[in-house]
Amino acid sequence: MFLLAAALLMQPATEPPVDWDKEFGVEEKVRDPATGELPVDPYVQTNRNAGATPFAGSAMAAGFGGQDGIRRIANRTVELSEADPRIGEIFKAHDMVRLKRTLFEQFCYILNAGCDYSGRDIASSHKEMGVRMRDMNALVENLQTAMREEKIAFAAQNRFLGKLAPMSGDVVAR
Amino acid sequence: MSLVDGGKLLLTNGVTTIEGTSGGGVAKWSTIAGRETDRGIGLSGHVTLIKLPDYGWQSHGVAVGIANRIELSYARQNFDTRDVGTALGLGRGYTLNQDVFAAKVRLAGDVVYGDALLPQISVGVEHKRNRDAPVARAVGAAHGSGTDITLSATKLFLSHSVLVNATARLTKANQAGLLGFGSAGDDSHKLQFEGSVAYQLSRRAVIGAEYRTKPDNLAIAREDDWWDLFAAYALTDNLTVTAAYVDLGSIATFDNQRGGFLSAQIAF
Repeated sequence: MFLLAAALLMQPATEPPVDWDKEFGVEEKVRDPATGELPVDPYVQTNRNAGATPFAGSAMAAGFGGQDGIRRIANRTVELSEADPRIGEIFKAHDMVRLKRTLFEQFCYILNAGCDYSGRDIASSHKEMGVRMRDMNALVENLQTAMREEKIAFAAQNRFLGKLAPMSGDVVAR
Repeated sequence: MSLVDGGKLLLTNGVTTIEGTSGGGVAKWSTIAGRETDRGIGLSGHVTLIKLPDYGWQSHGVAVGIANRIELSYARQNFDTRDVGTALGLGRGYTLNQDVFAAKVRLAGDVVYGDALLPQISVGVEHKRNRDAPVARAVGAAHGSGTDITLSATKLFLSHSVLVNATARLTKANQAGLLGFGSAGDDSHKLQFEGSVAYQLSRRAVIGAEYRTKPDNLAIAREDDWWDLFAAYALTDNLTVTAAYVDLGSIATFDNQRGGFLSAQIAF
């Protein structure tokens, strides 16, 4: 490494700068101009990836303020978590635009508010994140805060959490 | 990252029982004391007061939770006999004292997470040392100390905001050990049951009811089952206050021991 740096310093100044990303085959990810999301590797899209069966009927969707309310809750949960000193670091390396959309879709699908979930399954989307129990609890608290701010009835909050809680094994690193 | 991570969800460490273990106040739960999660250490301390028509109860203690897996606890129970002390010839306000050393291990499940139908299951041991063994023997107890074995299952059913707990306890204790253990005529461990049902009103508030069966070993005094109605509130993330109406039935021939229970728990 030291020799390489020395060799670089001795190169004539006229040489154009080296594109190291190109040299090492690093592909620059470009955000989609329409969605603002970074590209991801292909995977099979199915509502099964949402990790829970949706509620029957429309009561839960209505209780959460329909798609608009659910979108605010999903966005707010992500924003609180990004700013949360306990778990913000975990979120930094990820595409928050995509996370907000997929989290909204997951919530909307489970609450039976008329969405399909297009994200990856819970296990593979959390793989190698190193999420610990305390991190998951912090995320739950942020979701509870977001739901409280939207004045969702506590019993309905718990009913919704009851759909998410069984996924804990796929979220927390063993 | 701090070892005392304090990351447990609010109230999922339970409140402190009269024996110093984590539970609902009178009934033991499978929960682990302290606010630690799977890789941390948690601590808690408590003080409990019970005011009954003929007796006064004060207990206090500490507990350590390790990785939300192991709970180690100690509690000191002080039972003021007031005028009953005079009647029993012990002297007015004679206080029966007991130390309870307990350990609990979570075997499986999680009170909140995982399979919605798989409860958190824990096994526990409580070693009770009555510090007034001569009094216990005088009322007919066979021993001044004893050991309870417990098996608890607890689950918060989020779909209904309802927590259900069931504990089986093998015990010889007379009035939880304050009147010693076993008797000349009946000195075997008896299987007893403790049940709790609680409703979560908010992140911080829960109300519930509990029932606890007890053996009836002593010839000189009938012993009744216990029940209570409780409300617990997390004033802060670390401080939880529990208030209850308790019915402890007949204690040492003094019937209808119903009264107020107040407990404060601080946990990290």
